Amino acid sequence: MNPFTYRRARDARDALGMASNPGVSFIAGGTDFMQLWKAGISAPDLVVDISRLALDTVETYGGGVRIGALARMSDVADHPDIRDGYPVMAQALLASASPQVRNAATIGGNLLQRTRCVYFRSGALPCNKREPGSGCSAQEGENRQHAIFGASTLCAAAHASDLAVALVALDARVRLASRDGERTLALEDFFRSPDTQPECDTVITPGELIVAIDVPAGAWARHSHYLKIRDRASFEFAVVSAAVALDVADGRIRMARVAAGGVGTKPWRLRACEAALAGAPPDTATFTMAARLAGEGARPLRRNAFKVELLERAVLRALKTVREEP
Amino acid sequence: MTDHRDDRITFTVAINGHSRSITTHACATLLDVLREELSLTGTKKGCDMGACGACTVLVDGRRIKSCLALAVMQDGRDVQTIEGLAPDGGFHPLQQAFIDHDALQCGYCTPGQIMSAIGLIREGRATSEASIREYMSGNLCRCGAYPHIVAAIADAAGTKP
Repeated sequence: MNPFTYRRARDARDALGMASNPGVSFIAGGTDFMQLWKAGISAPDLVVDISRLALDTVETYGGGVRIGALARMSDVADHPDIRDGYPVMAQALLASASPQVRNAATIGGNLLQRTRCVYFRSGALPCNKREPGSGCSAQEGENRQHAIFGASTLCAAAHASDLAVALVALDARVRLASRDGERTLALEDFFRSPDTQPECDTVITPGELIVAIDVPAGAWARHSHYLKIRDRASFEFAVVSAAVALDVADGRIRMARVAAGGVGTKPWRLRACEAALAGAPPDTATFTMAARLAGEGARPLRRNAFKVELLERAVLRALKTVREEP
Repeated sequence: MTDHRDDRITFTVAINGHSRSITTHACATLLDVLREELSLTGTKKGCDMGACGACTVLVDGRRIKSCLALAVMQDGRDVQTIEGLAPDGGFHPLQQAFIDHDALQCGYCTPGQIMSAIGLIREGRATSEASIREYMSGNLCRCGAYPHIVAAIADAAGTKP
């Protein structure tokens, strides 16, 4: 464990000023940072505490909702606007980690959490994400948990966040601040594929800070569901998960949003499923036909081919659950 | 908060209702400061990686894992540990319920289980045994006393069976 210097940021401007130097990490909830630091994966010289910045509110905005990057997972999950208006988000949050972690961990930190790939976390065997150029032990090794979408020969690590899957399904956008100003981009484009530089999970640049997540309004958000399939009932990462949202009117699906977790190197939008659902009646025949497309384009590794069928079934069950909810 | 500009910092935390001035390394976890600096060894170190829950304490009334928290970040906060539950030498109702229901074997996870259960009850999640099981998932018991732990929490919280 590499010792670091600690400074508490007075405000966002102060934080961004300190972060412009190399070797700086922000800390807020700290739940993933502390694990990475103890494992020797993260070794910053300076840790800047941003936990007291005023970026922790959940507020309606333009019909949608804006979630401050420092809002705690448990507070967002219990927020009435989220619980009632965006159930897929609340369910994804409550299916994440443990209550103690959710009380500390922030929304911004959740999106920046690193993969749970055993080769990345343990450090005992080569990992391009941990040690660029060293190789990917998952290609021929224990790859049951790994990605069936988006993997390259450099890295097949699955993205771990449940919340990110729900947010990608809802077309969320991420707001980033730096000393040069702010930029906003689709959360789906925030995450990188490991075709090159697998050590970079996202497009965030050194000195940038996530300040908020904007979730647009949509009639589908209220009729949404997150289904997480795990190896144990609770406190476990997804083997496969499905986030679905449907806008149904006059017996037809006007708009559908489907995304998957546990299967991609980043949260994976299933656009073939969405296209098959749009315009069709919300019945079992439609759902079955759409769910069969969930695995389209999958490239499984030796030990995770089962995820294709599991994903199809997860999408089907999530769609049926949404239909049955009032 | 005083930054000594070496690697030590002085800050103040309320521990079980008493204000304490702490001078320690910036990298020290709340768990290590409780155990090593303040001799409050009731809070246990199990995995030290956020998985087992033996280190659960309340900060400003909310349960967290003290192994994943920097001590210095608790500056000005209110920390409650197992030692602060029963100041007059008696038992907190949850402690008594754990005794009544034989909810421990080796006892190592018990302080974390009890602090987590206090958090759970405050969060309003002790609505059923299923809910207690789900919201206690951050606390492992390698002796496998789970059925008795759930029964003890349900008893203390007045959960209907």
